[in-house]
Amino acid sequence: MEYEAVIGLEVHTQLKTRSKIFCPCSAEFGASPNHHTCPICQGMPGVLPVLNKQVVELGLRTAIAMKCTIADYSLFARKNYFYPDLPKAYQISQYELPLAQHGEIEIQIDGTSKKVGITRIHMEEDAGKSIHDETITGSKNYSFVDFNRCGVPLLEIVSQPDMRSPEEAREYLLKLKSILEYLEVSDCNMEEGSLRCDANVSVRPKGSEKFGTKTEVKNMNSFKNVQKALEYEITRQIQVLEEGGRIVQETRLWDADRNVTRPMRSKEEAHDYRYFPEPDLVPLVIDKKWIEDVQGSLPELADAKANRFVSQYGIPEYDAKVLTASKFVADYYEETVRLYPNPKVVSNWVMGDVLRKLKEREIDIRNCPVTPRLLAGMLRLLEDGVISGKIAKTVFEEMYATGKGPEEIVREKGLVQISDEKEVESVVDRIIAENPETVVQYKGGKQKAFGFFVGEVMKATKGKANPQLVNKLLKEKLSS
Amino acid sequence: MELCDLTIHELHEMMRRGEVTSRQITESVISRIDQVEGKMRAYITLLKEEALEQASALDKRLQKGEIPLNPLTGIPIAIKDLICTQGVLTTCAARILHNFIPPYDATVVANLKRQHIIMMGKTNMDQFGMGSSTENSHYGITRNPWDLDRVPGGSSGGSAAAVIAGEAIAALGTDTGGSIRQPSSLCSVTGLKPTYGRVSRYGLIAYASSLDQIGPITKDVTDCALLLNAMAGYDPRDSTSVNLTTPDYTRALIPEIRGLRIGIPEEYFIEGMDAEVEEKIWEAVRVLEKLGASYEKVSLPHTEYAVAAYYIIAPAEASSNLARYDGVKYGYRAKGYADLMEMYTKTRSEGFTPEVKRRIMLGTYALSSGYYDAYYVKAQKVRTLIKRDFEEAFKKYDVLVAPVSPTPAFKIGEKTDDPLQMYLSDIFTIPINLAGVTAISIPCGFTRTGLPIGLQIIGKHFGEETILKVAYAFEQNTEHHKKRPPMK
Repeated sequence: MEYEAVIGLEVHTQLKTRSKIFCPCSAEFGASPNHHTCPICQGMPGVLPVLNKQVVELGLRTAIAMKCTIADYSLFARKNYFYPDLPKAYQISQYELPLAQHGEIEIQIDGTSKKVGITRIHMEEDAGKSIHDETITGSKNYSFVDFNRCGVPLLEIVSQPDMRSPEEAREYLLKLKSILEYLEVSDCNMEEGSLRCDANVSVRPKGSEKFGTKTEVKNMNSFKNVQKALEYEITRQIQVLEEGGRIVQETRLWDADRNVTRPMRSKEEAHDYRYFPEPDLVPLVIDKKWIEDVQGSLPELADAKANRFVSQYGIPEYDAKVLTASKFVADYYEETVRLYPNPKVVSNWVMGDVLRKLKEREIDIRNCPVTPRLLAGMLRLLEDGVISGKIAKTVFEEMYATGKGPEEIVREKGLVQISDEKEVESVVDRIIAENPETVVQYKGGKQKAFGFFVGEVMKATKGKANPQLVNKLLKEKLSS
Repeated sequence: MELCDLTIHELHEMMRRGEVTSRQITESVISRIDQVEGKMRAYITLLKEEALEQASALDKRLQKGEIPLNPLTGIPIAIKDLICTQGVLTTCAARILHNFIPPYDATVVANLKRQHIIMMGKTNMDQFGMGSSTENSHYGITRNPWDLDRVPGGSSGGSAAAVIAGEAIAALGTDTGGSIRQPSSLCSVTGLKPTYGRVSRYGLIAYASSLDQIGPITKDVTDCALLLNAMAGYDPRDSTSVNLTTPDYTRALIPEIRGLRIGIPEEYFIEGMDAEVEEKIWEAVRVLEKLGASYEKVSLPHTEYAVAAYYIIAPAEASSNLARYDGVKYGYRAKGYADLMEMYTKTRSEGFTPEVKRRIMLGTYALSSGYYDAYYVKAQKVRTLIKRDFEEAFKKYDVLVAPVSPTPAFKIGEKTDDPLQMYLSDIFTIPINLAGVTAISIPCGFTRTGLPIGLQIIGKHFGEETILKVAYAFEQNTEHHKKRPPMK
């Protein structure tokens, strides 16, 4: 029996506002524990929330970019449960009447477009962080709580169960990340927690219309882990069904160490959140004018940027699409071109060496040690003939490894290209003299032998001989 | 009468004429406290030393002309312990907050401090505002100064008792279902519940968020207007506070009510209500009639559902508002627990009184899955109908006049065994909170045994000026508000 998977994703993203959603504390990541707090986000007696307008603005941007219907009247609600990192013992979220519904995102899978529906988008506050690690708390008898994250604004984006494979899920997440980055709405950093993903997964016989029983999968903390967890869970569910069993509707946690999903202890699950409209906040009324204003002030999105790259920089559409898939790659590219105005050369290097290296190391381009300035510097050396294309690759690697500038590296490692004709000529002459049989072979018609000579000259000059010069000299001397 | 028995405006006049200092007023209040507090227990926290120091320092600054002499300046005022005061213990009369010292002032408190009041202390109350007798306090019972075997009412019983007994010149109370008006009625003081949204709730420890309001408890209507002036106003830190300019409420104090149309809600005169209360209310209505007002009976048809709706909505919101008291961050934490759940359950079981626990359970139930629609949502719909009753009535009438409490002060312990009986004490005050309108309780007489009876004047949304005017007219033509309890 062939099965297909049915996947829906629930993504929480931290919004890039300066202050928290309901109080003026800083929403910045990374402060020492309990430094970004106040009576309001600490849940002290008598405090009241006040909505941060910028949070709504960013929510609107997102909803518009995802083609949602925006509620003209929307409510906040209390989600009640007890846990030490939730100081009020309720989270202010949205339940009935969320900010936006019925949108879609388009993804590319195997060369075709597919639309994934967005069920809803709503705003809510984040909870704090619990630290159970004994090496930090000093005892296994208690845990620490850090309230810095309490009240950081979150957007929850719920997709329709439209994805049919872990690959589609991954593409959806990447597209979502790209959109959110472009909108300048979030940092989308799964490691820092500014992007979190939970999945709802079920399987059913291929062609069936009915949904199978779904499980919820949580604790997937990287794009790779999302894909791995989904692959595992789908396989697990199929196996259960093939063995004649039933799928239990439950929440399962992804265990990245053992590469399995495990059921969450049931005690942690039984929550009746007793949602009711938040009486401390008035209903949110969003008029057409606000939506129009936000629409008009949307930052340049990926497609528009790609088109601009084609017309402004004269690079092929394919390049433009690759370079604009991520806003930060696009920014990197533009900054490099600004410093070294040769768009096609820069495009080749960014699409090639830079992106390849980043993928290898799994790092974000914003953390790339080879900054636009360094790259531009190297490209200038290349253009000036100080280094050859081959040496440039070495310089790139060195820049990446050390963060040093191209001039310094070239100087330190003595990588300046040898373009002095007399110097190269003496090496060429020597190689030719040392390999008379190969000369005969070449003259006899073996074209490949030319490459041998080039290789030997390069070896003798430690790769620094100017390749064009080598070619020219070899051609001259071997044809005579 | 001692200084401590006088009103804010009388004392202000004396201060203006240089006849008395803030220090002298404060000393008089403290002297009275020393005399009677042992029996009455109106306070949880007394700030005697601080008050004297404050008063002395204030007198110096006034003398030097450093600060203006405003109506509230230098006047000792008591604050209900449900309102956050920076650096001063704020307990809500609960063990679970027995050591909570707020790092900030409620907006209303900050407003009063800007007027340079003297903070006398934090008054006793029913825990977290839940009660009608001030018998639900972790810190003991407050007694009614008119009869020490009887309750002062609640939940602002401490504030009302303190004011009439001279233990403060005026006080702040809070009103969610009648908690300013009912004790005011039982203690013969003036108490006003502002329109919902008129006074900031920032720093008011929440009981029922959609019903709570802070209001003045004073010896007369003029004092009430003076305090309300300082308290009312838009607060950007309270999203439910209304952005309307605050009028000068003292401008409403013109005892001219000719042509005033009064509605008397039929449903507020029920079986089982005390005959003397009914008698005094009608006497008061006739006084108003003599002053030129006209009255008619009016029906508020959904009144009978008000108590039921309230006792679903208020506990529901309270169950959520009180969930933060969990022993994790501040306040009481039980000893001897083996895990998180035990810490939570022990702390909250030991930290709250039975009435609070009762309401938390009621509220949790009303919000729970499967019951939310039948209880909470239904109650809110009933609330809308109740509000509409008032809106309809106010199309024809300027104010509604009614009793405050079905009985005068009852004996201590009389209703504690029957929570539902206790809940019915609020039957005439609750609808006003549900509708969000404004109402004032003023003294309108005494029973034959000398127990106070209060008259309720109800106004439409933001109709404080009208009810103050009517209250003032009544007061100026009667003497009830001048009586003080025989202090032995």
